[in-house]
Amino acid sequence: MIEIRNLKKSFNGKAVLRNIDLDIPKSQSHIIIGRSGSGKSVLLKHIIGLIRPEGGQIFVDGEEICGLSNHDLYRVRRKFGMLFQGAALFDSMTVEANIALGVREHRMFSESEIKKLVAERLEMVGLPGIQNMRPAELSGGMKKRVGLARALMMNPEFVLFDEPTTGLDPIMADAINDLIIYCTKQLRVTSIVVTHDMVSAYKVGDLISMLHDGEMIFTGTPDEVRHTTNPVVKQFVEGKAEGPLQIY
Amino acid sequence: MWQRAIGFTGGFVLDMVEVSGGLFLLIGRILKQSRMLMRDRKLLLEQMLLIGVNSLPLVFVIAIFTGAVSAWQAAYQFEGKISLSLLGSAVSTAIFIELGPVLTAIILAGRVGASIAAELGTMKVTEQIDALESLAINPVRYLAMPRFFAAMAMTPILTIFADFIAIFGSYLVSYVLLDLTTHMFFDSVQEAFTLRSVFGGLLKAFVFGAIISAVGCYIGFRTMGGAEGVGRATIQAFVLSSTLILMNDYILATIVF
Repeated sequence: MIEIRNLKKSFNGKAVLRNIDLDIPKSQSHIIIGRSGSGKSVLLKHIIGLIRPEGGQIFVDGEEICGLSNHDLYRVRRKFGMLFQGAALFDSMTVEANIALGVREHRMFSESEIKKLVAERLEMVGLPGIQNMRPAELSGGMKKRVGLARALMMNPEFVLFDEPTTGLDPIMADAINDLIIYCTKQLRVTSIVVTHDMVSAYKVGDLISMLHDGEMIFTGTPDEVRHTTNPVVKQFVEGKAEGPLQIY
Repeated sequence: MWQRAIGFTGGFVLDMVEVSGGLFLLIGRILKQSRMLMRDRKLLLEQMLLIGVNSLPLVFVIAIFTGAVSAWQAAYQFEGKISLSLLGSAVSTAIFIELGPVLTAIILAGRVGASIAAELGTMKVTEQIDALESLAINPVRYLAMPRFFAAMAMTPILTIFADFIAIFGSYLVSYVLLDLTTHMFFDSVQEAFTLRSVFGGLLKAFVFGAIISAVGCYIGFRTMGGAEGVGRATIQAFVLSSTLILMNDYILATIVF
């Protein structure tokens, strides 16, 4: 379980996260929605310790991570996998080297086991046999699926998805949604998904929270989101230009 | 007007303090990771190949012409005052203690330092460095440490290579255009040859290698702002490492010679 308490962060004097409180239960899909620039990705990077907060605490399985040394933070990070918005594949490596980098560096398996595991993970994301291709040869959807295979390679307890469907066609977006559901239901991982794609949020989410102006203004089930009377949440999920949210 | 001047000077000093602090911190973090050097020898060898072996053609071309022009200009200055039989001594001493290490380092600052900054900068803006962190891999250990030690090892080796090529270049000019015999030229080189000159030059090269790689990594890791940021990082890495090379050249020269 991940518990976030009173989290604060600002950049150049501008508050991005203000007193965020959030509980993310195990083996569920928790979606964080919000407008572009609302601080969703910043929150995700706090959860994995890529950004240190100015105040507040984050507990991962009961262990507070904000005050950890770098060495201990790396130990905690091994519980996580992360799919980045642009997949963040290493350009200089093949698909196989990308997926296997974590387990090779941590010497978790033998070379023959690694090759077998990479093949299994690629099969799982629907891309068998592309081990020797380079990231530059892959489409956007393929990159995201390779990124997911890499995130799952170290058998994480938590997988963080940063805008997993952004920039993909609806069919590929749905395939990614199915993979997130597979991760949560079959692999029993806790998925934390940052998105502004409501089709995806409704499909994969067990819980949906909305971040607005650095504050968590709503948390509920997909049904509760659909029937909310909160004007800000309502305007956002219905995708209307008119309402309390201003266009900037 | 004077307020602007004070503001500019203050800003410049603060920037310098920030950069120096950041550089020393990074070098400290790299040295802390150096216990992993043996484990990461494959990464180290890859970088030695990229930094060292791949720079050989460029170092060759620049060294041979530097040697040639040094001989020609020394002969011009000697004309009517000093015997040309001393040309080998003058040119080879200048090459060993100054031209070899400094020119090699400036070439590497452009070819290697800027390329490290561009590569790591691109990795930073495309979240590849965050991806490494998310896999619990320390980017300083995985990216900076092999580059730092590879540059420190390869810059002195390239400098020795540049020294000999430059002397060969000056010999060619002396023999073909200045009518010096081979014997006369190399006797003169041998007369001025001291281990102190050679090792002093190599000490400089060792320090310059550390500067080039540390600056490239430091600028690369703090790159922001997409393609424009990467372009800026490349220029900053070259300007900063060249400046530091020349400043340290002076400091080391006053200590060693």
